[in-house]
This record gives sequence, C-alpha cells and structure tokens, in this order.
Amino acid sequence: MGAQLSEKLQDVFNEPGCDKNQGKSDKERKKGCTKQLSPGAAAGGCAFDGAKIALQPIVDVAHLVHGPIACEGNSWDNRHALSSGAATYRTGFTTDINELDVIYGGEKRLYKAVKEIIDKYDPPAVFVYQTCVTALIGDDIEAVCKAAGKKFNKPVIPVNSPGFAGVKNLGNKLGGEALLDYVIGTAEPEYTTPYDINIIGEYNLSGELWQVKPLLDAMGVRVLACISGDARYQEVAYSHRAKAAMMVCSKAMVNISRKMEERYNIPFFEGSFYGIGDMSDSLREIARLLVQQGAPDGIIARTEALIAAEEARAWARIEPYKARLKGKRVLLITGGVKSWSVVAALQEVGIEIVGTSVKKSTKEDKERIKEIMGEEAHMIDDMPPREMYKMLKEARADIMLSGGRSQFIALKAKMPWLDINQERHHAFAGYEGMVKLVQEIDKTLYNPVWEQVRLPAPWDVAGVLPSASVRLPNRPAAQGWPLEGRGENALDSSLSSAG
Amino acid sequence: MATVKTQFKAAAVNPLKMSQPLGAAYAFMGMHRCMPVMHGSQGCTSFGLVLLVRHFREAIPLQTTAMNEATTVMGGFDNIEKAVLNIRERAKPDLIAICSTGLTETKGDDVDGYLKLVQQRHPETTDTALVYVSTPDYVGAFQDGWAKAVSAFIKSLVAPVEEKVPTQVNILPGCHLTPADVEELREIVESFGLTPLFLPDLSRSLDGHMSDEFSPTTMGGATLAEVREMGASVATIAIGEQMRPCAELLQEQTGIPFVLFDRLAGLEANDRLLAHLSAISGAPVAQKWRRQRSQLQDAMLDAHFFCSGKKIAIGAEPDLLWALSSLLNEMGCDIASAVTTTHSPLLERMPTAEVLIGDLEDLEKSAQGCDLLVTHSHGRQAAERLHISHYRAGLPMFDRLGAGHKLMVGYRGTRDIVFEVGNLFLADLHHHEGTPQSWPLPEETLKAVADAGCPATSFHY
Repeated sequence: MGAQLSEKLQDVFNEPGCDKNQGKSDKERKKGCTKQLSPGAAAGGCAFDGAKIALQPIVDVAHLVHGPIACEGNSWDNRHALSSGAATYRTGFTTDINELDVIYGGEKRLYKAVKEIIDKYDPPAVFVYQTCVTALIGDDIEAVCKAAGKKFNKPVIPVNSPGFAGVKNLGNKLGGEALLDYVIGTAEPEYTTPYDINIIGEYNLSGELWQVKPLLDAMGVRVLACISGDARYQEVAYSHRAKAAMMVCSKAMVNISRKMEERYNIPFFEGSFYGIGDMSDSLREIARLLVQQGAPDGIIARTEALIAAEEARAWARIEPYKARLKGKRVLLITGGVKSWSVVAALQEVGIEIVGTSVKKSTKEDKERIKEIMGEEAHMIDDMPPREMYKMLKEARADIMLSGGRSQFIALKAKMPWLDINQERHHAFAGYEGMVKLVQEIDKTLYNPVWEQVRLPAPWDVAGVLPSASVRLPNRPAAQGWPLEGRGENALDSSLSSAG
Repeated sequence: MATVKTQFKAAAVNPLKMSQPLGAAYAFMGMHRCMPVMHGSQGCTSFGLVLLVRHFREAIPLQTTAMNEATTVMGGFDNIEKAVLNIRERAKPDLIAICSTGLTETKGDDVDGYLKLVQQRHPETTDTALVYVSTPDYVGAFQDGWAKAVSAFIKSLVAPVEEKVPTQVNILPGCHLTPADVEELREIVESFGLTPLFLPDLSRSLDGHMSDEFSPTTMGGATLAEVREMGASVATIAIGEQMRPCAELLQEQTGIPFVLFDRLAGLEANDRLLAHLSAISGAPVAQKWRRQRSQLQDAMLDAHFFCSGKKIAIGAEPDLLWALSSLLNEMGCDIASAVTTTHSPLLERMPTAEVLIGDLEDLEKSAQGCDLLVTHSHGRQAAERLHISHYRAGLPMFDRLGAGHKLMVGYRGTRDIVFEVGNLFLADLHHHEGTPQSWPLPEETLKAVADAGCPATSFHY
C-alpha cells in the first residue's frame, strides 16, 4: 500500500462526524471503522466496489477501471442508478491489463486508454479507478492522471481505492475523498440562490431522487448538486456554493458532508427519504437550515403546507391496504436503508416487525428502534443464513424484506421476499415510494404463486400413491437426486456467502 | 368466475378465429399415411395449407375436391369419387380423411352417402380407409373441427376388444398441444411402464424431422392399426375440454373409462396427471419428474417478481386460453382482457371478470394499459401499436421458428412458459424505469403550497 493511500486511510478512519468513531480510543480508531474481515466468513464488496458505487452515478463521466478484467468485466452495469441524460456512466471502460503489463507496469496503457476514451467519447471528465493488481505493481495513477489531464486539457480524476484496502463502506469514503481532492470547488455555478442545497449520499437508484425532487421544487428549493445520483460533473465541481446539505446515507459519505462544512461552511443534517414521517422531517430540516443560512422564512410555511397535503395524500392511498396487511409479520434485513425509518412506516400500516437487522446501524439507530418497537424489539445483529431460513420456514414471519443476497434464503423457504436494496427495480423514496412499498408488499404477500409452490407433491402424501420402494418388474430404479432430507444442510452451504 | 359475452359486430376485424375444416385437417395430419382432403373449392385447401406450411415450415399434404360452381349446384358426388380414385391411385394412402367446408355444407352434400356409393361402384377402394367429418366453416372454430375429426376416427375405426392390454392407455390430446407436447406426454406416460396410443399423434408427423424418402401422404402419426387397437386399452386420458365429446364417445363404444385434464400447464395440473398415471400403473413417480417439479417451483419463484401484478391481454381458443390464463394467474398476473373464438364450459371458470367471444380488434381495444399481449402471430401488429411485448401462443405462429417444438405441457413445459413470459417482462423493465417526470405532484398539493404564500422563485436548470 502506497504511503499516500495509507495516509488517506488514517484520515478517513478519523471521522469526527461519526459518533461511533468518536467513542473509540486512538488505538481503536487506527484500526479503522470496519470490522476486520475473517477469511472464509466474509461477505460483501471491496473498497474498489464501494468507490465505484459512490461515484458511478455521476452520469456524464467516463469511469475507467485500471486493472485486470475481473474488476470491471465482472461487475459493470449491475446497478440501477438512473440518469436523466447522458448514459456514459453505464459504458464499461477498463484497461484490461495483461501479463506483460503486470511485469512492465500498466501506466502507459492507462495513459493511452484515457486518450482513446477522450478521443472517442469526449466526456467532461475521466475517473480512473485503482485496483489491487495495479496498486500492487506500483502503477502511480495519480501521476498518470495528472499528466493526462494536462496533456488533454480535461479533468482526469484518480480514485485511489484498491479492493484490498478494505470493505465496500471504506471505498464509499475513499471515492468521496477523490471528489473532495480533485473535483469539488473547481468550478463556479452560473448563479446561486438562497435555496441551493446539496444532497449527499443519494444515488438515484430506480429514480428515487425524482420521487423527492418534485417536493423540493414545490418548496422552491434548488438541488445544486446531488452526490452522486443523476449528477453531472459540473454540478459536483460547483457544489461548494450550496447553502446547506442533506446527508442521506451516513455510512457512505459522512466525510464529504463534514469536510464541505469545514471547508465551505455548508451546514448539513442527516435525514432519510424512507418513510412518511422521515420524509417530512427531512423537508422541515432543509427549510430550517436554509432559513438559518439566510433564506427568507416564507419557505417554512410553504414546507408545512406541502407536508400536510402530501402526507394526507399518501395515507389516503395507503388506507385500502391497511385491512389486508394488518398483523402481517415482516422480517427486515437491511443494509443501507435505515431500519428504523422503514419500521415506523410499516408499523403505521399495521404490519408487525418480527425482527430487524442492526448490523450497520449506529447506537443511536438502535435507540430509535427500541423507541419505536419497544424494549422487546428483536434486533438482529448478525443472523446466519441458516437461522433466517429456519425463521421463515417455521413461518415466524410472513415476508422478508432484504437485499438481493439473502433473497434465496426466503425463496427456498417458499416465503415471500421483497427486494429493498440497491439492485431493486422499484423506487421507494418519499411519499410516493412509501405508497409503492406498501403496494409491493401487498402484491408479494398475496401473489397466488405461494399457494402453488407450497403444494405438497401428491406422492409425498402418505397412502395415496405407490411408494417409491415399489417398482415395476424389469424397470431399473430411477436415477436421480434424492430431494428429501436434503433441505437445510445443502441450503446452508450454498448460502454461506449470503448475509 | 367470468361473464361470457359474445361480440355482435357486423364485421369481425383482424380475426382471432380459424375455421373448423382447418382444425379437422390439422387432426388428419396426426394420422400415418393419410391423405387429408377438404371437400370444397380449391381455395379452402390452399389457404389452410399455406397457413400450416407457414406455421410448421414443413410440406403439408392436403388435397381438395376442387368444387366449382356447376359441381356445387349439381352435387359433389363426382368430385368426391374422382378425388378418392385419384388419391388412391397416385398417393396410395392407408387412409383418406375428408372434411366438408362451408361451400359443400351450404349445398348440403351427403358425403357419407357418397363414400358408400363410391365403395359400391369401386370395390377395389375398400383397401383404403375412408373417414368423413362434417365441418361447416360457419359453425364453431378450429378446436371444434379438431374434436369432430377425432370423434369421426373413433366412430369409424375403433371397436370394443374383449381382451384388454393392462399397460395400454389411450391419449386424446387437444389441438392446443404441439408435437413437442405430445412427445413429452409419451415420455411421461412411458416412464410409468405404460404404452400410450395417441389419437391423433402429431409428434411423429409434424415434429420437423428429416426423412429418407418422399411421400405425398402424411409421414408418421397414429397408424390405423394403433387406432383399431385402442379398444383394448384400460384407460383413456383426454387433454383439453374440447376432447370431452371424443372421450365420451370412446367410452360409449368401448366401455373404457376416461379422465379429462383441462390443462397440463401448471404445477398442480401436472401433479394430478402424474398421480393419475401412478394410480393406473401402480408404479411410483420417477425421480426425473420429482426433480423437474422442484425445478418448476424454483422457476416460478424466480419469475414471480416480474409477473406479479402484470396486466395480460390474451386471445386464444378456449382450451389454450384456459391453460395459459390459469398459469399466468397463478404467477400473480392479472388477466385484464380475455378474448376467445368459440364456446366452452371453461370460459365461465376463467380467472377474469369477462371473456369475450370476439376478434383481435376487440382484444387490441381492451388491451390498452396492459403489459403483455398473448395470442398467435396475427397479434403482432396490435402489440406494435400498443407498444407492449407479444408472447406468441397458438396457431398460426408464422414469424418465429420452431412452432412445433414449443413445449407447453409437463413440469418442463410449464417452466419454459414461465421463463419465456418472465423474460419478456424483464426485457421491458427499462421501459418502466423512472424519469424526472414520473412522480409529479398533483394540482391540489401545488395549490396548497401556493396558498401558503411567499411564492418561491422558480428555477430552470
């Protein structure tokens, strides 16, 4: 690991904006904010993955991955961050280094790759992502980017977050560092208003930003930059002129929010777009911060009027589902989505939360969950797949809401499952999104497919049909795989990487 | 439960329906060394022939009695006589199967009488089996013609047999089963140690194989000997409600009991078939099918995400309509519009509010706002105009290869349907992606905000 990177890591690990981090001793802090990975029992993405996730939603930029084919070849175009314009971000660019590059170094290839991309696609900027192999052989992407940027007169941004630096979450932050070091503050907006805000840590997955933006429009608030959902390079470059910021996903981009506050005096708050109450709180907080920063206070009244109208409309649309969903038991296993905000919203519909994961939640989050769900709240810190399967199989829950990785635990238990993670196809943000979430839960729970797949095979119902031990003469025993008794054990091993 | 309505338009636009004689001729294709004949004008045969050629991409033997104005008025005996003599002479088939058409039915030709007369006048023709079925174009539809042809075969060829063959079963497949379906059924039935006799058997004639010789007649299909053997079977299995009259006739003539499966697409439907075969044979269900059952469960789970809540507009003949609608409904789809060709007791049981006996114009109209159009290839223009995907089901399927190999029965066939339909929805996902305009605020909200005073500056960027 280069000295530069290791310095950067120490910087990122020391996060005054993070309560958890501040509770640690100096020694603990040096170890980093993520649990050490245990070989053979780890799950989730690497730091490169994290950096790419954080920055790729900048839609007009060419994202060039410097490394062997695995890093980009195995992962490109796998998320649903949407664009309202350019599709450059969905084009997979990689240097696809070969054996000779490993021996002689891949810097020249990288330089040529940047040139080719600029010649062919002419994006406003090229982001170059470091990976394990190229970091290991000592390719200096900062130097190459600097040279290329000067030569081609175009921002070429090094993103130094090789996979082996750590986990995905760390990569999110290192991606943010690249923006802080090379992008933010390098341009000026045409004009500014007292209502300019940044939204940080929102990726516009399935278009969620667009579920929220009409609300901000109605308030008269301008999103100067969203980092990074549906963002343009220029917006990020002049985002330092915003009056206030909302940080959506605290885990990912707290460093951007805090450093922008330090450097450019942009106050931020942490909020969520998930759940009706949280959406309203976030809108209120945006208005409050803007007024605090000098905006005319008429925005407060507008915001309250908007909240009143939209909350009423959302509840009216949810009302028909209440009777159908009352008493349904949900197991909520989430990562990025704030558990408590969804919990509160679901409870208001009459859904019972039989358990919620707190693996990625802060102490404060856990307190909130206790507040909402009561002291007996079933908080699941790290539920092994086998336990989840058992819980579903024994029908202690009616549906599981989780990320894509654990979907097959539910499906193999023949239990309804709804995707609420990054790979999902539905947008669940804002008032619109909550109505959609309730609709989707209803649709999934009442899908007739469950009746079908749970039907026992007639030959498994004792006494109805000839048993498998009786065979016709001169017919060899049918070859096949015994399905009975295979269930859990086989499943457990095939799912061991989930989590 | 559905209400069944009939569209009373003066003009059918973009017909969904095909005629009875074509259904009968299609059944004739499943008989070995047979020469199918339409008793009508040349066009009747030619249109039907072209349609079947386009669907199967195979040579289709189909003859005509080539009626003209004069012979129609005077009666078609001469043409029937000449047709039988010519075909026997040139093609030397085992069987000449004749169906009537609108033209000759309107005139009222007594073809049964004609054929008796032909055999009296030409005793040498008794070496060729002659089967006739009355199928006026202006009554019923394709699947009715098919069923009538099968009944005609049963009536003229099957007799009771004293000594039963304990492992032999009759299978009467409806016309919505493809050659691949019949082949799959054979494999399933045989896995229980049973010998199936199919009437008709398209899997040996229209399965698109290469043959070493040329024959002007059908090649493959059920042989006369097999059909005559059907009286010795211990059970009959009919597939599709359209086959009920055939199964009843067979039972009446031979005393063989039958069980009718209204569909073989779907998990439960196939559970019942396997359970029944196991009960008949006393043999257990092979591991192969158990494995496929579990694969189907998995396929249904994988696909349900994309099927859930999708609105389907489906146009098909009653048995196919029933099979696909029931399966798609089980997958969480909403059968928003259903159009069919002819009456069937299944229609009232359909998982939708209303079933219309109508045409593709009706289907297109009611398909507004649907996510998928399910019908035969003639639905392609409607699908284009509606900007929705088109799942091709039924006959004709002239704009895709492999119509005869489309498998839609058994666990495996069901799995194929589930994946194919799921893939269409998957392919459409990007059409449903959000845009900045997808979630506008309603006027009331905007008004409420404006009423709160202090109008905000509007921004354009």
